[in-house]
Amino acid sequence: MNIHPNSKGSIFRRGNQPNPHDPTSNTRRTTHQPDSTKIHRNETHSATTRHSSSSNTPSNPPSPSSSSPNLAELSRTSSRLSLFSRVGSSGPVSVSSRASLIVRENDSPYYIGLEKVSKDPYDKERNPDGIIQLGLSENRLCFDLIEKWMVENVREAMVGRDGEHLSINGIAAYQPSDGLMELKVVKLRVSVTLLFMMIALAGFMSQVMRKVVSLDPSQIVLTAGATPAIEILCFCLADHGNAFLIPTPYYPGFDRDVRLRTGVELIPVHCRSADNFLLSVTALEQAYNQARKRGVKVRGILISNPSNPVGNILPRETLHNILVFAQEKNIHIICDEIFAGSVYRGEEFVSMPEILVEEFDKNRVHIIYGLSKDLCLPGFRVGVIYSYNKNVLALAKRLTRFSSISAPSQRLLISMLSDTKFIEEFIKTNKQRIQKLHHSFVDGLKQLGIQCIESSAGFYCWANMSELISSYGEKGELDLWDKLLNIAKVNVTPGSACHCIEPGWFRCCFTTLALEDIPVVMKRIRKVAETCKSLS
Amino acid sequence: MTRSRLSRTRSSQHDEETKQTTTTSSGGTAMRVIVPLQGVVQGRGGLFLGSVIPCALFYFLQLYLRGKHCDDPTDQGDPTRDPNAPSPSGSAGKLAELPGFPRNSSRNLLSPRSPRGPVLLSGRVNEMVKSGDSPYYAGLKKVLEDPYDEAGNPNGVIQLGMDENKLTLDLVEEWFVENAKEAILGGGGGGGGEGEELSISGIAAYQPSHGLMQLKVAVAGFMSQIMENAVSFDPSLMLLTAGANPAIEMLSFCLADSGNAFLVPTPYYPGFDRDVKWRTGVEIIPVPCRSADNFSLSIAALDRGFNQAKKRGLKVRGILISNPSNPVGNLLNRETLYSLLDFAREKNIHIVSNEIFAGSTHGSEEFVSMAELIDSNYLDRDRVHIVYDLSKDLSLSGFRVGVIYSFNNNVLAAAKKLTRFSSVSAPSQHLLVSLLSDTEFVQKSIKNNRVRLQKMYVAFVAGLKQLGIECAKSNGGFSCWADMSELINSYSVKGELELWDKLLNTAKLNVTPGSCCHCIEPGWFQFFFANLTERDIPVVMNRILKIVSVCKASS
Repeated sequence: MNIHPNSKGSIFRRGNQPNPHDPTSNTRRTTHQPDSTKIHRNETHSATTRHSSSSNTPSNPPSPSSSSPNLAELSRTSSRLSLFSRVGSSGPVSVSSRASLIVRENDSPYYIGLEKVSKDPYDKERNPDGIIQLGLSENRLCFDLIEKWMVENVREAMVGRDGEHLSINGIAAYQPSDGLMELKVVKLRVSVTLLFMMIALAGFMSQVMRKVVSLDPSQIVLTAGATPAIEILCFCLADHGNAFLIPTPYYPGFDRDVRLRTGVELIPVHCRSADNFLLSVTALEQAYNQARKRGVKVRGILISNPSNPVGNILPRETLHNILVFAQEKNIHIICDEIFAGSVYRGEEFVSMPEILVEEFDKNRVHIIYGLSKDLCLPGFRVGVIYSYNKNVLALAKRLTRFSSISAPSQRLLISMLSDTKFIEEFIKTNKQRIQKLHHSFVDGLKQLGIQCIESSAGFYCWANMSELISSYGEKGELDLWDKLLNIAKVNVTPGSACHCIEPGWFRCCFTTLALEDIPVVMKRIRKVAETCKSLS
Repeated sequence: MTRSRLSRTRSSQHDEETKQTTTTSSGGTAMRVIVPLQGVVQGRGGLFLGSVIPCALFYFLQLYLRGKHCDDPTDQGDPTRDPNAPSPSGSAGKLAELPGFPRNSSRNLLSPRSPRGPVLLSGRVNEMVKSGDSPYYAGLKKVLEDPYDEAGNPNGVIQLGMDENKLTLDLVEEWFVENAKEAILGGGGGGGGEGEELSISGIAAYQPSHGLMQLKVAVAGFMSQIMENAVSFDPSLMLLTAGANPAIEMLSFCLADSGNAFLVPTPYYPGFDRDVKWRTGVEIIPVPCRSADNFSLSIAALDRGFNQAKKRGLKVRGILISNPSNPVGNLLNRETLYSLLDFAREKNIHIVSNEIFAGSTHGSEEFVSMAELIDSNYLDRDRVHIVYDLSKDLSLSGFRVGVIYSFNNNVLAAAKKLTRFSSVSAPSQHLLVSLLSDTEFVQKSIKNNRVRLQKMYVAFVAGLKQLGIECAKSNGGFSCWADMSELINSYSVKGELELWDKLLNTAKLNVTPGSCCHCIEPGWFQFFFANLTERDIPVVMNRILKIVSVCKASS
């Protein structure tokens, strides 16, 4: 995996380098940049006041200084200053204040960990002391199946059967965006719809009901990954300064997806370990009222089902209550069902379309799906918006000009998804393998005295390590995270990155591992666990 | 906001005094009215409240009286209405007016439980909903519904409105047949296990969202090759996006804040209105170029645009140029580029140079990339950002791979975080790595592209000339910029659009009218010819001829 050489600098630079556009380093800056114009300062100042609300999330991610071992080697400062000094009297040109906010934004441990792994990844043979990746939600369990399919079919998928006329137009010719493109990807949309029906509505045996909830390909908009799908929805549903309610703990990426460019806020609705981290409508109601008191307009709820760090499934009743709640408050629901096909335990997964019966106003319901999790194809970057709201669909189609799927991949996917036998087999095998791995991973943790929440879907264990942290607080949690990353060389996601209100929880993604890696991971965790226990 | 809140609470007070105590929330807002009222009485509120509150009261009175007259059922039925609830005001009204977005009449039947009406979208999307019906997009849509096909649909609409290059598609096809499988999976299908495993995780697994380093290196090499090795590009200053549209959007997001502006010489690519403005809230200040100068950019005009913007209180953050320019197809010479740099330095603003047609020049003139100046000059690199797109020069429009090449570390750092919203699918990246590493193919493709483009250009312009239509001098791009002002009824946008309509609906040709490109002189049209074959040209000319003779006869 190749990582941009600059990225190293961009992540950590903010920690120790005076940024010329950083108002917080004004005093330091004057020594470095005596001739910066007044305008810049005013600008950045006004920007911070304007954006301050959005950057003040309850649990601010820690500054990257916690991972101090890296900082020494980074020195980009000098090269840039010498660049600036060559510039004439006008001073350096500034970027927009929102961009400098993005640059300056502290990276949460989630991103720091990912970055660190990419520099020193574990490999059984070549780099046995590297960092083991348990922080990236990627499923590598079924790559062999995909590979087998590709080897057999890729040529046919890309250039057609031998003797058949190759229509290069389908690959190379324009797929205009602006929704016009959407007309051309009809075929892929149909395949994706069928896949989603197969996956999400699998538990739906009754023929009659199946007809009722069958999905309509015209309600699908395809995007380059689920990330832009969420951003597009946020953009369409809420204005700058509005907010979405979101149950915690949640996927750390949402902070960027939702807030980065749209300026929409996330209001955490805290779920607790006592309830097995299941969402309650009372908590929703409370958060909604608090937001109202603060004068923030709540435009919707963003839920993940199956939930992302915890891996549990929302019961039918809760879903129903959420719908009622949304109706009552007249707000939208975005339901992220990206793990719908990775449910490995017997519990019944209820997809949103199933309970959207007549009494509800469907216009407020929007579903996110993607192929990266259930089909193990994150590299393809295919996301899906399934919405019942015609206006949202029309807008989202226009916005796909900024986030469309490359034609060769579309072509590959169309063939792959129409191979139903392969897909059925794949999903079945995938579930079995996830379950097996989950079982042995949870077992391993249990032997170390670490309990996990009972989960039934997704690629994660949500582990309670609160007994290992030195102080029951975010600081203690991050200390442990730091130890795990730098001493044990295991990258996990701390609960605070997921905005979990109780400290000491960690997300471990096990689907990047092979079965034989588990003992290695456990050995590494044990080292840290033992030192922690002996200390306390 | 406060005003409407005031009036609403007052209304509930007037309505029935008893209602005041029903909800705590209305009590709270009532306090908000009373407190400033006290302030006014005691002279602390100042002039502002003193004027706002009487106005609000008067406004309410009007509403109240009207309500009485009409016996408004919603007002009576829901007096304790929550002031914060999404009210179907303003934006909803606008949405309802929009043609083409019929509101679902059955929606009320579907939602008997929601007395407050349908759930609303965000206010900022209204602009986007409205902007869908410009002739540019209407024309593209029309072609899609009824596309011309020599054999299958000879009466269909011919596409002359899309910047697509099909001239070297045959070469791409040839390459694909030979290499597609190896390109995606790497190595021969049945090779060693180790290598294969690597290749599958290279496709299926997560990749850096800003593009594979191999591809960046390949793209950098390709870009240098196009510019005849006058420039060398540094892959570490490069970010890959899903097409040039998101590249431009990201740059405008990173360089300007909402409400700031970019100077853009007109006529410009109609898509900029979406790319620059839509989600970023950045404005475009057109800098008109005139036919008298062959639509080339003058610094004086830029300066005027800058000063006018300043007078309007707009902050100009940059200049967005296309080189080769998009509708006209002329190149910016070295001198102009230098003076642009000087101008940008003087005003301390950015330059975004859109060079997506860099490899599609067909004249004798030399193309100079902004990167070349920076390379030799080394001055002021921080303000220069280049956008490139692999799809144009290689006839690979469907691949959608855009490039941001910037010398500014802050821009790179911010844009890198934004690429998560617009990254290129991994199989395509791998395909491109092999395609671009095949030097023989690349050379052949670049050469053939130029030769064929020139041939088509000459043939097309000659055809138009025979009809008495002159084109502006052009050296690059896939289109010619034709002056049809003699054919329009009235010398205005209206006349131009009438002609456009005739071309589209009578002659069945989709062209882009100049007004979509914000050209200030009416009567100019953009004809894209790179997706035609030579055989199509006589058909197109015949169709234009019909219109020309009708127009000339009537005038």
